[in-house]
Amino acid sequence: MLANFMAWMDKRLPLTDAWNKHLAQYPAPKNFNFWYFFGSLAMLVLVNQILTGVWLTMSYEPSGDGAFASVEYIMRDVDYGWLLRYMHSTGASAFFVVVYLHMMRGLMYGSYQKPRELLWIFGMLIFLVLMAEAFMGYLLPWGNMSYWGAQVIISLFGAIPVIGDDLTLWIRGDYVISGATLNRFFALHVIAMPLVLVILVFLHILALHEVGSNNPEGIEVKKKKGSIPVEEQSKFTFHKQYTDKYDIVDAIPFHPYYSVKDIMGVAGFLILFCWVMFFAPEGGGYFMEAPNFEPANGLKTPEHIAPVWYFGPFYTILRVIPDKLLGAIGMFSAIIVLFLVPWFDRGVVKSVKYRSKLHLFNLIQFSICFVVLGALGTLPATPVYNMMGTIASFGYFGFFVALWFYSKNEKCKPVPERISH
Amino acid sequence: MSNVPVNNGRRRFLTAATVVVGGVGVAGVAVPFIGSWNPSARAKAAGAPVEVNVSKIEPGQLIRAEWRGKPVYVVRRTEETVNGLAKHDDQLRDPNSEKAQQPSYATNAYRSIKPEFLVALGVCTHLGCAPTHHGDDFDQHVAGVSNGFFCPCHGSKFDMAGRVFQGVPAPLNLVVPEHSFTSEDTLLIGVGQGDA
Repeated sequence: MLANFMAWMDKRLPLTDAWNKHLAQYPAPKNFNFWYFFGSLAMLVLVNQILTGVWLTMSYEPSGDGAFASVEYIMRDVDYGWLLRYMHSTGASAFFVVVYLHMMRGLMYGSYQKPRELLWIFGMLIFLVLMAEAFMGYLLPWGNMSYWGAQVIISLFGAIPVIGDDLTLWIRGDYVISGATLNRFFALHVIAMPLVLVILVFLHILALHEVGSNNPEGIEVKKKKGSIPVEEQSKFTFHKQYTDKYDIVDAIPFHPYYSVKDIMGVAGFLILFCWVMFFAPEGGGYFMEAPNFEPANGLKTPEHIAPVWYFGPFYTILRVIPDKLLGAIGMFSAIIVLFLVPWFDRGVVKSVKYRSKLHLFNLIQFSICFVVLGALGTLPATPVYNMMGTIASFGYFGFFVALWFYSKNEKCKPVPERISH
Repeated sequence: MSNVPVNNGRRRFLTAATVVVGGVGVAGVAVPFIGSWNPSARAKAAGAPVEVNVSKIEPGQLIRAEWRGKPVYVVRRTEETVNGLAKHDDQLRDPNSEKAQQPSYATNAYRSIKPEFLVALGVCTHLGCAPTHHGDDFDQHVAGVSNGFFCPCHGSKFDMAGRVFQGVPAPLNLVVPEHSFTSEDTLLIGVGQGDA
């Protein structure tokens, strides 16, 4: 019965073939570690955001007059409304946690290097759209921090010479942030951005499966066709798309081996996620900020404006540059340099395991600077913090500059031909 | 089907012409989509002038009025404050208000019509936050200047004429909106001196 149905389907749609190509017969390196959880976790969070988001729109009212009250209504009067909202808001922070760790993994193991440049760029585009999505979503509760956060970020575009003021007016659709701005952000947040995001995730995975997964050793598991004796090749059956072109070594099928491993990751992740969601949904003021519990007020800026934690690093870079235009340029550059990592890194050895001490040190200082910048972004702008922020900004950009210089003639350890454990 | 040989030049021309015409069509279709993001007629209309009674403002006090959705600060400056304005000119970016951030009738040492009343938008020229008024403890931000405005977002500083200090992110002085006095005690925000 089922076999007949599948045969009927397969004649009309390559269902079994796609299942095999991307899951049951996809050759994944056998040595994935802890860091390889975060890709599938990001997908899990994406599903959570879409599902809870759709349900939230059922009770949310996208208007300047009704938005704040409708969020209160969801929290107090709608059955399980509080849970759906906390799943969504905690999910937003969780999304950035897993995406930042996912990106860190890419940096550590050189997953952006040839031939995975485009894969990295799709990933960065996802990150960019995710930031836009989160920013617009943060306006929707129409709290006072929503309002002033949007005011600050939209005003950034005003730093562009000549067209800046008209551009901000066009983005807001009003002379100040108003219901018009809220409504268009709602449309973008629930329709346009999610569509783009899903398409980009699709492309990201398609590009990944074309070039194959990297691994902690940075050793390719696809070898030149005919270069490996049959008895040394992986014993599993892989899809002919891969075996026609390559000899596969040290690989296992994604399903069931990594689908099972990822389920362990999901279990661990959900324990942490649920703990936050049930016991600390406001994240100590970092996931939901105190001024956002009062309605948007265009006449009163909160005493201390801080972005949500995941924008902290970029916000600090903006803040420590004492010039409006240069500050905005600095902030956007911090994202652009990430796009260009595949070209800043002129080395051929991928994994930090086989690269120089200098590279390891550079990665560590970069991570520290990123965390420091993030922490400073949530603190007020005092002279001491500004000084620290300036140093950390130099460290952040310095990572890329230094990488470009030393990677050309870097002294690396010899990389083995095969993954040995 | 005829067996006439393919004329590649003609094919290329037709392809290019189709692309150009199609491109014009796409650009045309983009106009309403981009245009619909402009402020609506309703948003443009909602900009009526606002009246403020200034007789009740105590010396040194700031009141906020709302005009076009933005906060307007009206401050009755004390004589001491007014006389002190010139003392820190050397610490300001634009002490003489040369940049067009105020109407011509307020382009003077006080940036106002009457020296006593400062009328300025409470919108920081950096990224648009509302600066906080410090009536007597501003010297924690600028030594020797006892009152002024401090923007909590990114630390920009302004004096009691809305003039920006050096070394802060804000590039320009606070905007002085069009305003006028319709009587001794009545300030009209949104209509300039001589326009009414």
